[in-house]
Amino acid sequence: MKLTLHVWRQKNSTAPGQFVRYEANDVNTHMSFLEMLDVVNEELILKGEEPIAFDHDCREGICGTCGSMVNGLAHGGHKGATLCQLHMRFFKDGDEVWLEPWRARAFPVIRDLVVDRGALDRIVASGGYVSVPTGSAPDGNAVAVPKPDADRSMDAACCIGCGACVAACPNAAVALFLGAKITHLGSLPQGQPERMDRALKMVARARQEVFGYCTNIGECEAACPKEIKLDVIARTNRDFLRASFTRSPEAKQVAG
Amino acid sequence: MSTAVMNLNSNRASRFYDTTIGKKVVMAVSGVVLFGFVVGHLVGNLQIYAGADKVNHYAKFLQSMPGPLWGARIVLLLCLILHVWSAFELWLLTREARPVAYKKKSNPNSSYASRTMIWSGPIIGAFLIYHLLHFTFGTVLPNGLARLENGDVNVYQNMIVGFSQPLVTLFYAIAVSLLGVHLYHGLWSMFQSLGVSHPSYTPRFKQFAAAASILISVGNISIPLSVLAGFVR
Repeated sequence: MKLTLHVWRQKNSTAPGQFVRYEANDVNTHMSFLEMLDVVNEELILKGEEPIAFDHDCREGICGTCGSMVNGLAHGGHKGATLCQLHMRFFKDGDEVWLEPWRARAFPVIRDLVVDRGALDRIVASGGYVSVPTGSAPDGNAVAVPKPDADRSMDAACCIGCGACVAACPNAAVALFLGAKITHLGSLPQGQPERMDRALKMVARARQEVFGYCTNIGECEAACPKEIKLDVIARTNRDFLRASFTRSPEAKQVAG
Repeated sequence: MSTAVMNLNSNRASRFYDTTIGKKVVMAVSGVVLFGFVVGHLVGNLQIYAGADKVNHYAKFLQSMPGPLWGARIVLLLCLILHVWSAFELWLLTREARPVAYKKKSNPNSSYASRTMIWSGPIIGAFLIYHLLHFTFGTVLPNGLARLENGDVNVYQNMIVGFSQPLVTLFYAIAVSLLGVHLYHGLWSMFQSLGVSHPSYTPRFKQFAAAASILISVGNISIPLSVLAGFVR
């Protein structure tokens, strides 16, 4: 199978980028998308050219490292799949494929298809945690968790932080990622003590990182390789609203 | 004192409004009020089908209580300003959040209505100004506002004159259709913005939004069309 690739090449975060056309002449339908890029890169290296830089790690769809826009769709637009799980059998001989990095001000391009997603880490660091005393592990059954709450939490905890939601959002909003973290921790008893602070801090941090705003249109939900639902965004809004109106001034002194 | 504490202690309202969620909440709440007006306005005007006396009497009834009337007008104007201002600020933020546009981008999962809120809004705003000049001030009516013998505004006559012009009716039809498109997304999106979401209720909200937007568009378009077609004369 032969493909024509149009790949975004950019030397560093300050250099202007452009699309460069490559012919992938020896694509096997059993390859993953990243393996196809590996083959293209091998050819480039043999020719003495700079290989295409792209992020990847586990290559089994669970780490959240890989990802780019394939023909305008995050991770190539296959339901519940990261880029590494996108297989070449979904393409036809002679297809033109456009490859772009995630585009958002909060995700500066480091090189080619590699972007810096540190903004997501900083949002988590601002409040996406529970404070627990270290020491011996508590008894597993000491805190009872209703099954529906546990399910909701675990569904949200599936978020691998790949950034596809931001990339797919026409407004470059981080709402789905934020919602996943807030729902993950806020659905469990262990997450309750810091729940209000968490909403205030993480939402404020997302604003500082200059992500856009959520228009509830649902592109993120479709792009999410972990199929996280829009409902988590409403939960963020609910927690944030409650925290904004109910948090007493005395409580604020304790925070931070 | 860490910066987190400092942030939490700054003014509650400004901290709230500074976030994207805060702005969306302002947009949702002001949108609910404006939606209430749109419904009331339509119900009031549908009285044109009950004859000239009925609708003129209704107009007289509204004018007979200046306190509530001006109270409502001020609240509506305030909500309109908040709705537009929060939308404008969020639009600026979006431009800031993605400075380099995608060369290729497809949006397979979102409705046309949801992606064009920022365009349907200003067009409805322009229509609103025309509509006020048309029937409130009478500036763009061919002979100005028609009045009854006792000096009250002849609402019925104004509608007949105003909608007898095909181009005006066409503009009304387009604007009111766009209002329907705007409400189709806005009426369920406001629930989400206010944090109201549930697997069994959210589909109902969407059905409500679809039904309400269609009824409002059809109801509003029917009036100029009926006049133009000669059903109401």
